[in-house]
Amino acid sequence: MELKQVIDLVEGEVLTSGFDINRDVKGGCGADLMSDVLAYIGPGALLLTGLCSAQVVRTAQMADVAAIVFVRGKRPSLETIQLANQERIPLITSVHGMFELCGRLHEAGLPSLETPAS
Amino acid sequence: MNGAMSEGPIRTDRVITDGAAGLITRVEELAYELKVHEVMTSPVKTVTPDMRMSEVLVLFRDAKVSGAPVVAHGDLVGIVSIADLIRALQENNTDAAVSEYMTMQVTTLEASSPVIEALKLFKTTRVGRLPVVDQAGKLVGIITKGDITRGVLRALENDYQEEEVRKYRASHLFEDIVSDRTSLILRYRIKQGDFAHGGNASSHIKRALLRLGASPQIARRCGIAIYEAEMNLIIHTTNGGTIRVEIEPHQILMETIDDGPGIEDIDLAMTPGYSTAPDSVRELGFGAGMGLKNIQRCVDDMYIDSTVGRGTRLEMRIFMKPEEQLGDANSTGEWAARAGAARAAAREAAREKETIP
Repeated sequence: MELKQVIDLVEGEVLTSGFDINRDVKGGCGADLMSDVLAYIGPGALLLTGLCSAQVVRTAQMADVAAIVFVRGKRPSLETIQLANQERIPLITSVHGMFELCGRLHEAGLPSLETPAS
Repeated sequence: MNGAMSEGPIRTDRVITDGAAGLITRVEELAYELKVHEVMTSPVKTVTPDMRMSEVLVLFRDAKVSGAPVVAHGDLVGIVSIADLIRALQENNTDAAVSEYMTMQVTTLEASSPVIEALKLFKTTRVGRLPVVDQAGKLVGIITKGDITRGVLRALENDYQEEEVRKYRASHLFEDIVSDRTSLILRYRIKQGDFAHGGNASSHIKRALLRLGASPQIARRCGIAIYEAEMNLIIHTTNGGTIRVEIEPHQILMETIDDGPGIEDIDLAMTPGYSTAPDSVRELGFGAGMGLKNIQRCVDDMYIDSTVGRGTRLEMRIFMKPEEQLGDANSTGEWAARAGAARAAAREAAREKETIP
């Protein structure tokens, strides 16, 4: 799914610039625990989270996350936005909650990129 | 081409707040970084005041330009554009001298000004081209919005090529330096409690590995493992610690070393969910007792040596398969091809700059 379609589906507001809006998003992962993300997300995924510290961006960078959606209208600090700009990781915020957004994206055909616990 | 940059993202008339400053794009930065002389067309086709408008028509057609500065005895005295030429044609007066149709009030731009000044002038004056002068006021070139678009695109392309060239250079390190066993060592000092910079070292390490020619999978595994380890130094140590990464073509050894407090029961620390982290750390999305388990999952070999009161040493090793080796002939063929393409593109861009009329 293209990133622009994701932005439409989540009714998102884009917080960063300088990225490719046609970039491919391979699947989704919803988590507030960054260690969970680092352990169980596949490369090229969209990360939905309620956490908005700079560590989300660093986590995204390490785990090759395609873009981050902050749920329920959460907004990261300016420093975090700058870091994301620098690392070219798109940040999007949506007023909708985690369940709602995961549901919308899954229904539109975005697969899960979360590995189940073994 | 004209107008491509006219009303675009360049903020010229608004006060830029801190909030907006964070959202400035690379293109906008370039409008301040690039200088007029870097994007202008030079040398410039000029006409004299006594030339006929019919000659101007021939010049515009042959040189494919839509305006030209008017110069008399080395001084800029006016500018004549395609609009002036149309006026002469309408009046059936192409035998008239340029001086009759040219615009005499010419706005000029200094060659050393940033491109943003040109954009502001294009907006306020609504002219299509601006003559560029040096500090002495002598005509040195001409600039259109098209020149700016081309210049910005070229600069963006160079940004991209710089990273490609860096990758190319770094990926050859292991071939260029001959020894029985070559390794590259990176060291980072990590401060206890420095959450604001948490992940910076890991970010540098991951980028270094990619530049050295590591596959995205290897770089990702190393990045995740070292990031967890870096956060552990920030969260759990007494005085912070050191990250040491030793890179060899066939393996990567990452180590974190600290001087306390040490892990009491390593088996318990490895148990998923076991954590000694305070709530403040959990609020950052860490400290859920997954770190060491995560590291173990990412690396081929992990070793912890810890003594309470003395400190902890964590070793993480990743072994590369023959086709994944850094600086290996398998991978450098690809890097060399990529860098070759980047160099060819850079040459092309340089040539293009030279031949623009």
